[in-house]
Amino acid sequence: MKTLVVTSPVPVSPTQSQATTRDAKRAATRATSEPRLLQWFLIALAVGTMGLILVVPLFVVFSEAFSKGLELYKASIVNAEAMSAIKLTLLVAFVAVPINTVFGVAAAWAITRFQFKGKGALITLIDLPFAVSPVISGLIFVLMFGRRGIFGPFLQAHDWKIIFALPGIILATLFVTFPFVARQLIAFMESQGAEEEEAAVTLGANGFQTFWRITLPNIKWALLTGIILCNARAMGEFGAVSVVSGHVRGQTNTIPLQVEILYNEYQYTASFAVASLLTFLGLITLGIKTALEWKTARQLKEGQT
Amino acid sequence: MQISVRGVSKNFGAFRALDNVSLDIPQGQLVALLGPSGSGKTTLLRIIAGLEAPDEGRIFYGDQDVTNCSTRDRGIGFVFQHYALFGHMTIFDNIAFGLRVRKWKNEQIRPRVLELLRLIQLEGMEKRFPSQLSGGQRQRVALARALAAQPQVMLLDEPFGALDAKVRADLRRWIRSLHDEIHMTSVFVTHDQEEAFEVADFVVVMNRGKIEQMGTPDEVFARPASAFVTDFLGRVNVFHGRVQNGKAQIGELEVSVEAEHGSVEGDTFTAYIRPHEVEIDREPHGPESMQAAVSRVNRTGSTVKVALFAQDGQLPIDVELPHEREATLNLRAGDIVWVYPRQVRVFAAPTASVESSS
Amino acid sequence: MKRSHRVLPGFGLSLGITLLYLSILVLIPLSLLFWNAGGGGWEHFKSAAFSPRALASYKITFGASFVAATINLFAGMLIAWVLVRYRFPGRSFMDALVDLPFALPTAVGGIALTTAYAPNGFIGRQFAPDGIIGRHFGPEGLKLAYTPIGIVIALTFISLPFVVRTVQPVLGGLDAQLEEAASSLGANRFQTFRRVIFPYIWPALLTGWTLGFARALGEYGSVVFIAGNQPLKTEIVPLLIITRLEEYDYPGATALAVVMLTASFSLLLAINTLSRWTNRRASA
Repeated sequence: MKTLVVTSPVPVSPTQSQATTRDAKRAATRATSEPRLLQWFLIALAVGTMGLILVVPLFVVFSEAFSKGLELYKASIVNAEAMSAIKLTLLVAFVAVPINTVFGVAAAWAITRFQFKGKGALITLIDLPFAVSPVISGLIFVLMFGRRGIFGPFLQAHDWKIIFALPGIILATLFVTFPFVARQLIAFMESQGAEEEEAAVTLGANGFQTFWRITLPNIKWALLTGIILCNARAMGEFGAVSVVSGHVRGQTNTIPLQVEILYNEYQYTASFAVASLLTFLGLITLGIKTALEWKTARQLKEGQT
Repeated sequence: MQISVRGVSKNFGAFRALDNVSLDIPQGQLVALLGPSGSGKTTLLRIIAGLEAPDEGRIFYGDQDVTNCSTRDRGIGFVFQHYALFGHMTIFDNIAFGLRVRKWKNEQIRPRVLELLRLIQLEGMEKRFPSQLSGGQRQRVALARALAAQPQVMLLDEPFGALDAKVRADLRRWIRSLHDEIHMTSVFVTHDQEEAFEVADFVVVMNRGKIEQMGTPDEVFARPASAFVTDFLGRVNVFHGRVQNGKAQIGELEVSVEAEHGSVEGDTFTAYIRPHEVEIDREPHGPESMQAAVSRVNRTGSTVKVALFAQDGQLPIDVELPHEREATLNLRAGDIVWVYPRQVRVFAAPTASVESSS
Repeated sequence: MKRSHRVLPGFGLSLGITLLYLSILVLIPLSLLFWNAGGGGWEHFKSAAFSPRALASYKITFGASFVAATINLFAGMLIAWVLVRYRFPGRSFMDALVDLPFALPTAVGGIALTTAYAPNGFIGRQFAPDGIIGRHFGPEGLKLAYTPIGIVIALTFISLPFVVRTVQPVLGGLDAQLEEAASSLGANRFQTFRRVIFPYIWPALLTGWTLGFARALGEYGSVVFIAGNQPLKTEIVPLLIITRLEEYDYPGATALAVVMLTASFSLLLAINTLSRWTNRRASA
């Protein structure tokens, strides 16, 4: 029992006074918590489950990427094909993220600051990409702009290429990533309310001044969270992009597609080396997101007092 | 500037928040919109401010119809219930906001803000953020921010609602003296009748989207125009009955019904007796008095509160007596005494439901 | 909208941008998809959407998604409980890590899981005929990757966060007084959980399950590597759609997509209903 006391998890429970004996404390916490041994068992079980499901892939990525030494790792990334994939991915994110940021701000403003008919349907529509398979997200653009698609003959006549080219990749990425900024902002602005903006208007501010001086400073952390999540997905999207890209090496391969090609060619180390870039991106995204969520939670709390 | 409200109605879905309301707010007066929650007082204030659009009716500032004029062009100062201070700005920037968006020059802004800080007694606090202030301080900043651009009209939504009792009382006095200094047409919303009576020149009592009564605090308290107003203004004993022989029967008590309240023979009525308008004696005083048993005597306040039961415990009555008077009676629980009201207000029922007040 | 004016500016502009963008990007392409599917006639649609190979792929996709979502019902409940109720070193790190499947590109998760669970991988090896676990499964051992089990593993990975993230806030918002009341009325800890806590978080659990199931149905990246992709055995619907596309069989791909979209829309509807229920329950 003694060892348990030192390292024991502190149950989230009220009544604890130093004067009471340990037994009394235990009796009091029994109403809202479990015996310590059971707590430890559950914690161990949860950590084990997460380890098996989540940590294993992380561990594999890095151990495989560096299994043949740092030289090969560097060579796997610094080569023409990989570099062109990195450039393409950056370009796609550079176009898609700003567009979806503008959309997200507009949608959140309309939805959280006004009452109108069909608002519920609009919110559902914004959630749609989360329910639609990425493969289908790519497919709809192939059906429109592909060689045998609706606009296929028209595009071919003008020698324009959308599918198996950059525009198609950007379209598919826009589709799968448009909800991120909007959702983040809708949730935050809804809980924050419109009082500060109303106050600005009573003080004589016009629309632009209200948005620039009041709304934007207030939503900046939530907006940033949305942007980095949108960016992570834009750079990591595989299914939708795979359908529209055509996998032309050095031209229409994004980083995730490059990972796939290398893996299917049994170049495991190179594949995992490139994959490790995306893994770093994912981990950094998680870190920033956690920090930003902490900030927004504090901001909402301050707003309430 | 005088504010005129002409036939304003407002619905929220099926809920009728305002029902054909008309009202004149005289130049330079401090007016309270008083009523229970859901009475439409905040909606009326927000319509006057232009934060809501009325479904019907017009709003005039002086002679000017401002119904279609946006909030920012009305030249008002609005103080929000939860202050709505800009959390990412310092106190200085909050107060300066209205001046900056109106393109004042920096060298004009600074003295104006410092002057306001002196006015609200927060000199030296200009670099703080709203989250570092107490509730009362935030309220004063919200007020200074609204005053900064010298609005012609001040509108305040439950200005003392979120404060604790001590700060409330201080701020009430302060706002009253501030108004006496600048004499701006001001309207504030409150559900607290004591607050309305203490601060306002005029009180507008609202219920269910309509105005029940308006007048000076003295008028409204002395001559409540309806059962609702009587009931809403402070503790009161309520009795129900039927009019017989032109008289309302309350227990053994007979009260003649005044014609102005429109009670007809056989109608049900509701009678109100304020606790401080009842006398207690050991001797009967004719048909104007009835017998009652003392159940509890509480001597802890500025008056003595006596709880009694008349009619064999059927009819509870609360009475407030001055300490000196009670000392001569020396009441004890169980004593049988005579009570006689100095004033009874009788209204034709039904009075509908009213938020309990006593 | 017959308001004479609105207080805050920008309604027309912001709603206009939103609707225009969604029309171009979502509404027009999706309606064209359904229009396309109707174009070839019912017989054609039926033969493409309900061929034996398609039926087999529905079975494996829906079956594996169901199993994965259900595994996560328990795993997610456990993780949410531990994260909300207990304080222990590394808790916030663990909390942040829950979102890894959202942040890690699916292709990366796919190749990593395949490498770990393949017969020569460091977990798959334990399930080989001579491995410590595999030897109990007869001469073949237990094959994980390239079987339906592999698909379930990948889908469990990508759908883990949903139950955790829906249950966490509800559990955190549970008033401690409810449990104290139950205890004061004589309930033991298990009874309190079963009769007070569980009914309270049940709608959130169900919402999380549905979200995870919906996500798993459409998943492609993490599954293709570990599935083995044998037609009729380990071929998921999204892969079959891609195969049809590569054969330039647009009507075939469209038919499959329509079936999957119908399932997705039904689930989306269910999720909306469920989350309204959750919110009502949480605010009651």
